[in-house]
Amino acid sequence: MEVLWYILIAIVLAVFFILDGYDFGTGIIHLFLAKTEKDKEVIAKSAGLFWDSNEVWLVAAGGMLFMAFPTFYASVFSGFYLPLILVLWLIIFRAIGLELRGQFKFQMWKDIWDKSFGVSSLLLALFFGIALGNIVRGVNLGGVDNGVSVHEGHYFFLPLWDGSFSPLTEHPGVIDWFTIIIGLISVVTLAIHGANWIILKTNSTINLKLKRVIFRLNIALAILTVFSLFVWQIVNPNSLDNFINKPYLIVFPIIYLTGLIGLFFIKKIKNDNHAFALSSLLIVGGITSSLASLFPVILPSVNDTHEPLTIYNTAASEYGLSVAMYWGIIGFILLFVYMIIQKRMMKGKIDHMDYGH
Amino acid sequence: MEDMIFYDRLQFAFTITFHYIFPQLTMGLSLLIVYFKWKYLRNKVEKYNDAAKFFMKIFAINFTMGVVTGIPMEFQFGTNWAKFSELTGGIIGQTLAMEGMFSFFLESSFLVLFIFGEKLMGQKLHLLTGFLVFLGSWASGWFILATNAWMQHPVGYEILENGKFVLENFSALFTNPWLLPAFLHNQLASVVTSSFVVASIGAFYILREKQVEHGKLFLKTGVIFGLVSSILVAFPTGDWNAKNVAKYQPAAFAAMEGIFETEDAGAEIVLIGQPNMVEKKLDNKIAVPNILSFLTYQEWDKQIVGMDKFEKEELPDNIPALYYSYHIMVGLGTVFMAIMALSAFLLWRKKLYNTKALLWTIMFLVPFPYIANLTGWYTAELGRQPYLVYGLLRTSEGISPTVSSGNTLFTLLGFVALYMLLGLLFLVLVGKTINEGPKPKLH
Repeated sequence: MEVLWYILIAIVLAVFFILDGYDFGTGIIHLFLAKTEKDKEVIAKSAGLFWDSNEVWLVAAGGMLFMAFPTFYASVFSGFYLPLILVLWLIIFRAIGLELRGQFKFQMWKDIWDKSFGVSSLLLALFFGIALGNIVRGVNLGGVDNGVSVHEGHYFFLPLWDGSFSPLTEHPGVIDWFTIIIGLISVVTLAIHGANWIILKTNSTINLKLKRVIFRLNIALAILTVFSLFVWQIVNPNSLDNFINKPYLIVFPIIYLTGLIGLFFIKKIKNDNHAFALSSLLIVGGITSSLASLFPVILPSVNDTHEPLTIYNTAASEYGLSVAMYWGIIGFILLFVYMIIQKRMMKGKIDHMDYGH
Repeated sequence: MEDMIFYDRLQFAFTITFHYIFPQLTMGLSLLIVYFKWKYLRNKVEKYNDAAKFFMKIFAINFTMGVVTGIPMEFQFGTNWAKFSELTGGIIGQTLAMEGMFSFFLESSFLVLFIFGEKLMGQKLHLLTGFLVFLGSWASGWFILATNAWMQHPVGYEILENGKFVLENFSALFTNPWLLPAFLHNQLASVVTSSFVVASIGAFYILREKQVEHGKLFLKTGVIFGLVSSILVAFPTGDWNAKNVAKYQPAAFAAMEGIFETEDAGAEIVLIGQPNMVEKKLDNKIAVPNILSFLTYQEWDKQIVGMDKFEKEELPDNIPALYYSYHIMVGLGTVFMAIMALSAFLLWRKKLYNTKALLWTIMFLVPFPYIANLTGWYTAELGRQPYLVYGLLRTSEGISPTVSSGNTLFTLLGFVALYMLLGLLFLVLVGKTINEGPKPKLH
């Protein structure tokens, strides 16, 4: 039952990053590449029409995590207190940027909210990557001080950074050179994804240019990926054990590789849906590979005194999990039905749609 | 430790107060929108359709604000109340996750379709999407109140040796005797808020002599919905809730009603008075004898337990705040009933649209249903203190063990600044929408 819920939550998270991922990506593209007012407007619209129904997947993932693995939820949310609150604020800034930019016609107003949308999208993409980096690196559970536990075993608290920015110290901060690398991977991946979304949904004048940008970003991503695999070994020497012991897990890195290699042919891809599918594979493959390398651990411990958090020692009761499975399956089907209805009704290019409630 | 609890509580109170401005409008407004759309399908008079679409614009702004201020609520369970989340997550996680999956999704998916899909879908499907938005928003209230009902009156649980609450009976969460009255009371109160908003915008249009036809429709609909809902809020649902508090949280009930000492021969109902916590009595009291006993138990001389019969640790920790919240809610509720009854009477005599003084009153009364709703929520939450889970888990035992008070204070200040900005932008946007009116000039 724990495994089932773990898989369900992973799926919801992956869907969230595919859907809201392109919102972050459009923001990044918007920040760096949109020059004309027409392009700015269309790109903002391609995210603005969808962000609130995409955000729901984050709320669902949060709720499911809370229900199924309450100890993990409590531990991680209080442990990553500051970065999570910063993420909240960024989510708010991004949302109001998107909702407000079209409300008044004067230029300064638009510029302010364009920047708000762009910068917070960039930072969110970075922070989500950093979060993933923290999860695979592990934290100092129990707040061990001179070999003695300060808190209960599954609690910790991370400052944003410590002076050394090294993941190898006894008390690593949220931001260190390793998590920044993962953060950059996330930014590049989501920028590619967002660019694909813009090409798919709009007739902007920069669409051709975007294909070139995607190609270059993809090269950067390939380099970063290889580099991250190397440093991952330094940070967590056991990171490949799962793949060696359970070879079928290799399917997840293969998903990632398919996306990565496929995107090198971006200029030849005629169907924009296929390009979008490839960057979705990048996201799914990236998240699932990271999770698979840890399984069944969900938060490794960097000290020897405390056990890592696993799906087993953080889960709710067996009865709770199984009763929730009944409504969970129904809810899950409904989520997909709504999503499909909505995407079908809003399919095609969105340029003509009137935006601004 | 003490200031940690203080900052955590303050932050939660602040963020939920700001958040609850928005859903209390959207829940009620979605009902009125469905009504307008349904009327349009029946009578094909264009202004009803305009009304539905206009209020959906207002709804959308409020919904967005509700989403962006609602996500912090979910986060805060983990960030600031980690112990509480860990111990009870296996139970209230059920209702909270259901809220996300069953209601929030429904509401947000179909809101987009309602706003953009009228031409694509045709009128009947458009009404259906509006109805699904309504269903989603009310289901949201249902699941949130199921969560709150469990904290007020825990059911269906078992406590393990390590202190964790484990779910033992899922259906008990939804047959909780606390839930239905609280839900109905809450939903009707949100209808009151939205009726006042609709009526107030109508009064504004009439007084400004622009969009008068729409203004009259808004005012009339707002007054009728407002009268019915403000009566139902008080009776039977308010009364039913008060009886529940008396039954399950007698200490909170005594504090709410301002009963310092147990009167064996029946308790008076306090209309006005200020709790004096030093001398343990009410100052400047105006009270009617024996009414409270009658209202609560239908017996004039039935004893109601006063605060003197409880240990200090069992009494709510902020009695004046609880007492005032409750009395402000009840007092405002009475005012709403009176205003709406008078308006309905004048509407029936066809004089309402010309009674300027009343139109001004309705227009400026808009903040007060919000205050009544919020003080109602405070009454429930302050009454539950000093517990998070009534009688079982104290508030002081629920906070995050590793987060220092400095961090909470920092994030609290951040939320205050951010929400001030949000509030300002919200007012500008709503003001702009109202100014443009249901039929903006084509440009």
